[in-house]
Amino acid sequence: MDGAPETLLIACGALAWEITALKRAHGWGALSVTCLPAHFHNRPEKIPEAVREKIHAARGKYDNIFAVFADCGTGGLLDEVLAEEGVERIAGPHCYQFYAGERDFEALMDDEPGSFFLTDYLVKHFELLIIKGLGLDRHPELFDAYFGNYQKLVYLAQIEDANLQSQAVAAATYLGLAYDYRNTGYGELEQFMAAAVAAIENPKDESSPHGKADSRLLA
Amino acid sequence: MADEEEIVLAELNDEELVLQMHEDLYDGLAEEIEEAVNILLGRDWTPYRVLTEALVEGMRIVGIDFRDGILFVPEVLLAANSMKAGMFILRPLLAETGAPKMGKVVIGTVKGDIHDIGKNLVGMMMEGAGFDVVNIGINNSVESYLEAIEEHGPDILGMSALLTTTMPYMKVVIDTLIEKGMRNDYVVMVGGAPLNEAFAESIGADAYCRDAAMAVETAKEFMAKRQGSAQAEMAAGGN
Repeated sequence: MDGAPETLLIACGALAWEITALKRAHGWGALSVTCLPAHFHNRPEKIPEAVREKIHAARGKYDNIFAVFADCGTGGLLDEVLAEEGVERIAGPHCYQFYAGERDFEALMDDEPGSFFLTDYLVKHFELLIIKGLGLDRHPELFDAYFGNYQKLVYLAQIEDANLQSQAVAAATYLGLAYDYRNTGYGELEQFMAAAVAAIENPKDESSPHGKADSRLLA
Repeated sequence: MADEEEIVLAELNDEELVLQMHEDLYDGLAEEIEEAVNILLGRDWTPYRVLTEALVEGMRIVGIDFRDGILFVPEVLLAANSMKAGMFILRPLLAETGAPKMGKVVIGTVKGDIHDIGKNLVGMMMEGAGFDVVNIGINNSVESYLEAIEEHGPDILGMSALLTTTMPYMKVVIDTLIEKGMRNDYVVMVGGAPLNEAFAESIGADAYCRDAAMAVETAKEFMAKRQGSAQAEMAAGGN
């Protein structure tokens, strides 16, 4: 850890493009990023220990380590690992919520509990992660078991992109769901990264990426 | 390379056939399961024996491999569909032949939540274990749970949630049971991906069940305790 302080973000692979875009846009060169495979989206039980391994591999090499994972269906197990390791993560149960913001996300769910969410990443990789990942290409008879209760596909877009929007419409058509488009931008991801940068610039401040004092910041 | 030799189910002896059924369940081959169930019934196996030794045991193996990360959700769903196909044949016969009954379960996903894959799997495995299962579906309000309880008089209430935003509703249901003085009339079991033991304890549930196999075992244990206490009460009353 010679020279300028550095911060490592251990992130879900599904956020890699967005994190890189934000780094580039803001010139956040002191943030390094390492990702876990995005297909863990379908196997959340693998996330906690994989994050722990990343933390151990990074120990001593960075001044700060943050996890850019929501709970992601780990049932609190990721938080247990992070508490043991003294690493903070972005708040929220999943990326849909930190993109949309808690209040807007809850309003969406109140409006239609049968909402199926896509982000830019999931639109781009819909075939790989949803159709193939859930086995629908090989076993279309499973369609109702997965999607029988959904009513609406909500595309939470990080960037304005006509091509992605038409892909999202096609996904909704494939799933037989109504379509809703929300341009959320990067939502709380951008704020979290900005606060991580602030923690480098103001180490004595000890303010966490969520704006509160948190001794777990120093990994 | 020679073609794989085709297995003729009817030519297998009972032991081989049951092992083959475990494999066919594992591979999600519903038609083969239906055929094998009919073969065993034709060999005078009781429906209960077919259910327990062939289907339930096969799904137990599937559950272990899912837990260990060898099988994935699509494979488990295919296996469950195959078991359902077998259950469809056995269900009326089980009723006719007076198969042992473990107790009654009302199970449903909580309000605001439409996810039911795990809940349906638990319901199916409970039925396979001899429970009378009343599956009240998804997005259930406290009123809906209370209506089902009143109508069906279960021993066990099972609640499921997949979302961190919906799982607190389980406490609403439990608190309502407490308010109405009904809480101790039912065993309350909860499950779903974001839950854990600590959450179940904090809301006053009797048990958290990590997966379908654990749900069945937990339900059996509670029923054994209940029956034990009922027998104790009867014995006490007789003295």
